[in-house]
Amino acid sequence: MSARELMLGSIRQALGVTGREEPRRKVVADRLAAHPTGVVPARGQLGLKARVGLLAEMIAASAGSVAQIPDVAGVPGAVAEFLRRHNLPLSVRHGHDARLAALPWHLEGALEVTVGASDGQQLASVSHAFGAVAETGTLVLTSGRDNPTTLNFLPDNHIVIVDVNDVVGDFEAIFAQLRRQFGDRQLPRVVNLITGPSRSADIEQTLILGAHGPRRLHVILVEEVRE
Amino acid sequence: MIQATSQRFKQNAHTGLADRELQRSLGVLESNFIARRKFVADRLPEFDALRDTARDIKNHTLAHLDLYLEEYESRVVAQGGHVHYAATAADARALVLDICRRLNAATVTKGKSMIAEEVGLNDFLSEHGITPIETDLGEYIIQLRHEMPSHIIAPAVHLTKAQVEADFRRVHTGLPPDRDLTEPEKLLTEARAILREKFLSADVGITGANFLIAETGTSIIVTNEGNGDLTQTLPRAHIVLTSIEKLVPTLDDVAQLLRVLARSATGQEMSVYTTLSTGPRRDGDPDGPGEYHVILLDNGRSAMLAGEFRDMLRCIRCGACMNHCPVYQAVGGHAYGWVYPGPMGAVLTPSLIGIDKAGHLPNASTFCGRCEEVCPVRIPLPKLMRFWRDREFERHLSPSVVRGGLRFWAFFARRPRLYGFVTHLAARALALLGGARGRFAWLPLASGWTRERDFPAPEGATFQVLWRSRR
Repeated sequence: MSARELMLGSIRQALGVTGREEPRRKVVADRLAAHPTGVVPARGQLGLKARVGLLAEMIAASAGSVAQIPDVAGVPGAVAEFLRRHNLPLSVRHGHDARLAALPWHLEGALEVTVGASDGQQLASVSHAFGAVAETGTLVLTSGRDNPTTLNFLPDNHIVIVDVNDVVGDFEAIFAQLRRQFGDRQLPRVVNLITGPSRSADIEQTLILGAHGPRRLHVILVEEVRE
Repeated sequence: MIQATSQRFKQNAHTGLADRELQRSLGVLESNFIARRKFVADRLPEFDALRDTARDIKNHTLAHLDLYLEEYESRVVAQGGHVHYAATAADARALVLDICRRLNAATVTKGKSMIAEEVGLNDFLSEHGITPIETDLGEYIIQLRHEMPSHIIAPAVHLTKAQVEADFRRVHTGLPPDRDLTEPEKLLTEARAILREKFLSADVGITGANFLIAETGTSIIVTNEGNGDLTQTLPRAHIVLTSIEKLVPTLDDVAQLLRVLARSATGQEMSVYTTLSTGPRRDGDPDGPGEYHVILLDNGRSAMLAGEFRDMLRCIRCGACMNHCPVYQAVGGHAYGWVYPGPMGAVLTPSLIGIDKAGHLPNASTFCGRCEEVCPVRIPLPKLMRFWRDREFERHLSPSVVRGGLRFWAFFARRPRLYGFVTHLAARALALLGGARGRFAWLPLASGWTRERDFPAPEGATFQVLWRSRR
């Protein structure tokens, strides 16, 4: 008997079932198809403007920083401003995301922009979020050619662009968006839910930012509301 | 498997109580974990309702575990991943070794995994010529010290910064000996630089999983440092070493559990990194592991489904029960003698290694009930500890003094009139003997109490007499 059959067999023996009972199978199939929603905190159930306000507040509470700009053309300037404020070299790397490629980077002539995954040599990266969850100030990033996972973790400074139209109140809403974009029962290879910069409190319970991932998380909220 | 010392709980506890550095370290539990959990729980009006749904989701999944496992497996395979079944700890170790050998792996980076601790993976890999490197700061520190974690989410909570500094100076040779390591920030920076090199050169990355999602074939890790993400992203293969009870049906279900996990564990609204992983690197991906393996451990869990201990399989490993436990706060995690300390360990350890080896643990409780009050999935921990005490007694495993004492007490307890008469006499006698001082500095059979403090003398009638007179 294979280990698989052995383990499934001992689970079924303990539960007193065969695994072939139709009502049980239906309960499971129904739940996977309907994915019923549980308790959703009232906190995030707000209109767009208040939702974005809550997101900014929660990001700040988790030690991230936030810049709010009126239109997407302002992103390169906001990126350069962040780098200058922290005395960082004017250099960033981002993935092949078309929204990032279309930005008017030439407006910041001194800013060096490279494209690709991180090999650990970059000090700052730029990602475009799939969305954000106001409830907890959480950014949602999906892996792939557009936004390589290494850019989220290896550089010391992570800059994330969030389109306010992608800000939702709660996790259930973001999971619904993921199902719409990638299909039922599908997800991209990695979905990163990021709430603040990396930290550790493993030595004497003292909280320190920048454990293995970025020391700084900077969020640029683009407030171009789509009709 | 790591040799359990749970049988020596009493000696371990004495050692812990006498360890001044340990006592200093445990002092921060109250102001940190407990105060912060309360703050974020009070801020979320739905918190208790979420604990109910979290409990119900886990109960539902456990009752249909065979079917959800099959669904989960089919989604992992559809995304190009592999699922391996490990009935025992030895099976899990062998499966990891097979994958590492096939890939000619020399070094393995590890995210924090209690299952890896449970199966004793590090020693096993080292014995077979593969170097495991723990990358969670706390796990890294205890690996340098060849210790077990003393807490399931803060493995090095028992240590002071001076102890960590001494370890770093001992192990990180080649760095300037006069460097400043007096502050935690300096220690973290040094560990970060050393581990960054290990991340970039590792052949295989092993993480645990906080949850597995049947809907999408996804494993989830929840961390604050980002070490788990570097561990699973950079090497050629990612191994998820996990156990069958981590399963939940859907993404919506996991949203319920995530809302109670970080709040109960560290008092955060969310941990910094919650990462959902589904299969290996895909066409066009510029990064990510080429292989994705999930090893599902049983190791006694399926047997727990059959009886009263099924409730324990709801545990999501937040650590709130130990943070709030007066016994854990006094003796620390190492006293429990195996990888799972505190109230959850007192219930789980006998299930996994046997009540004959861990009988002291369910007895190391005052039954104050704080663990159950804070448990995010409402596990009745005191009741389960009582079940173990019953079994220990039935199997004649408890010491003869305890059994004799219980039999002596039971003789009177079954005869209420005699019980009332004898306790009345005893109270009168003690009141007379206590005299004007009203307390005893020494009493026969009670030296364990009177060594530390006086025993108060009864001041009048017994409780039963007072009860009758006031009704």
